[in-house]
Amino acid sequence: MSTGTERQAALRQEVAAAQDSGHSAGSTTAAGGLGAAAQDAGTQDAGGSGGGSTEAGSTAVPLRPKANLKLRFNRDRSLVFMALPAVILLAIFAYLPMLGNVVAFQDYSPYVGIPASPWVGTDNFARVLADPDFWLAVKNTLVITAFQLVFFFPIPIALAMLLNSLVNPRLRAAIQAVVYLPHFFSWVLVVSVFQQIFGGAGLLNQSLRANGWQAVDIMTNPDTFLFLLTSQAVWKDAGWGIIVFLAALSAIDPAQYEAAAVDGANRWKRMWHVTLPGLRSVIVLLLILRLGDSLTVGFEQMILQRDAVGAEASEVLDTFVYYTGVQNGDWSYAAAAGLIKGLVSLALILTANKVAHIFGESGVYSK
Amino acid sequence: MSTLTRKAPASAGAARPPRQPRTKPERPIWDEEPGAAAKAGKIVVLAVVVLAVLGPLYTIVLTSISAQATITQAGGLVLVPGEISFAAYQQILSGGVVTRAVLVSVGVTATGTALSMVVSILCAYGLSRPGSFAHTPILFTLLITMFFSAGIIPAYLLVSGLGLINTYWALILPSCISVFNIIILRGFFMGIDRGILDSARIDGASEWRTLTQIVLPMSKAVTAVIALFYGVGYWNAFFNAILYINDSSMNPLQVVLRSYVLQGVSVPGQVDVGTGAAAGPALQMAVIVLAMIPILIVYPFVQKHFTKGVMIGAVKG
Repeated sequence: MSTGTERQAALRQEVAAAQDSGHSAGSTTAAGGLGAAAQDAGTQDAGGSGGGSTEAGSTAVPLRPKANLKLRFNRDRSLVFMALPAVILLAIFAYLPMLGNVVAFQDYSPYVGIPASPWVGTDNFARVLADPDFWLAVKNTLVITAFQLVFFFPIPIALAMLLNSLVNPRLRAAIQAVVYLPHFFSWVLVVSVFQQIFGGAGLLNQSLRANGWQAVDIMTNPDTFLFLLTSQAVWKDAGWGIIVFLAALSAIDPAQYEAAAVDGANRWKRMWHVTLPGLRSVIVLLLILRLGDSLTVGFEQMILQRDAVGAEASEVLDTFVYYTGVQNGDWSYAAAAGLIKGLVSLALILTANKVAHIFGESGVYSK
Repeated sequence: MSTLTRKAPASAGAARPPRQPRTKPERPIWDEEPGAAAKAGKIVVLAVVVLAVLGPLYTIVLTSISAQATITQAGGLVLVPGEISFAAYQQILSGGVVTRAVLVSVGVTATGTALSMVVSILCAYGLSRPGSFAHTPILFTLLITMFFSAGIIPAYLLVSGLGLINTYWALILPSCISVFNIIILRGFFMGIDRGILDSARIDGASEWRTLTQIVLPMSKAVTAVIALFYGVGYWNAFFNAILYINDSSMNPLQVVLRSYVLQGVSVPGQVDVGTGAAAGPALQMAVIVLAMIPILIVYPFVQKHFTKGVMIGAVKG
């Protein structure tokens, strides 16, 4: 999920808006939705550092906590049982694998299993950190993240502002429906579509040849792979990315525009002094969340195109782990690399959330 | 400021027959009419964006239903409709690898989505009452997994340890829960008016009954959106199959799509260029279209739910 964080914020937003429409329970607006996102991030931090965490707005009957534990259990046991299947699934498929990371400290062999495999301490980590291939993967990952930050990130903002300037709501809804669509296509499908249009036998080359020009090969050229990756990501997810910005735009009070217009601000000045400040907190929040997610870039996208462009250009951390581990059978080595990635990502995400929380609060509440 | 003295925009659309004057969009009175160049620029940009999305889909769908002669004449992908033929679909859906893969994908998607929805709705409702027994520990058990995932290697070792390699369960269970979706559902359930739930309880409804007869009917839109997310997730899943399925007869459609379109494996039937056989490009395109059809069918119905919220917010301003 290369745009996971954006999706996350976007969806929180939708739910906030949906609640709004469904129940008119309160004025849950874009700011509210993002505030909730920031609040969640903050809550998560508290949990990570073992802090006490009581949710605001608790509606349950207050009981003396310890003495009435049994009473509370009896009252809420259906609720607990309802949550249980999900907890069991997570325990098996999310928490058990965390323990499985011990193979990173072993010389693991599938034939003898984890209990019988010899322990080697941190040898695997030393090997990983001395491996030029690992550092190539790190380099590629960071380059791709940086490139997409510059050439992907601003597009949804611009598109949202453009859409927001349309007066006709039906036209706007129709365009939204079209641009959201590719988000729901699989990466296999997206890469296949690109192959059909830009590939060696694709539409582009077909028309180039028909007009007597030289065919160009975009899909297999490692030098232009960065552009290819980014344009695929833009095609698939830039449209979906506008959803959160549209919500933020709709939360800007039209009276501000009106006041600015009365004061003589033209269209561009209103955009600069009203629209962009209104989007600032959202932009900062998404930017920071994306930075926290820097080590994760289009895994499926890479796997699908690695054969075409070669490992030199397409090896990222996730594919490095997959190919050394599952394909070459160097389980412990790959697990060590994966663990390094997981821990660094965790640190980045927690830091980013902390920062997002600070920025989010100052951006959303204390204007 | 000429804009402020501009007449009410009723005159702007006078040329058109005023069929529904009430719903006609209005530009706020303080907003100046954009210049011709700005208007043209906007139209061009939006047209390019829409075309960039729909153009490739158009030519792919069209090629998949074109007869061989039309494809040969176009030299590959077809842009101008010629002779229409559904031979490609008849060929790949009359048994064989693609048919099998479609059945696998449909089965996994249906089973997986149903299971995911049941588990997620139950969990979200169970966690929708802050302060209830073990509420906070369970919530954190969920949230932590959003921030630290174990990685590919331990996940693979676990699935193989459970003996799920080469079973359809390997395509369902590891991705059965999205904590993120549960949090969305939970947020929605928490927004439901307490008074309604309390009156249900006073009338003697159990939590199960409250959930199925009161909460769920009130949450159709959000449930539809979450079901779409889960369904799309299962339908589009590709890497799980690469990782956990070695038996090629169990491959879902995405894997088959990859081998036919990206890895250049020829679609069965493509080689025998008999009179009735469909052309190679048409077969490839037909596989691509099969992979997107379910999304194209479901998307319009659900899409309005996630747009509606945003649009209502916009109207409220």
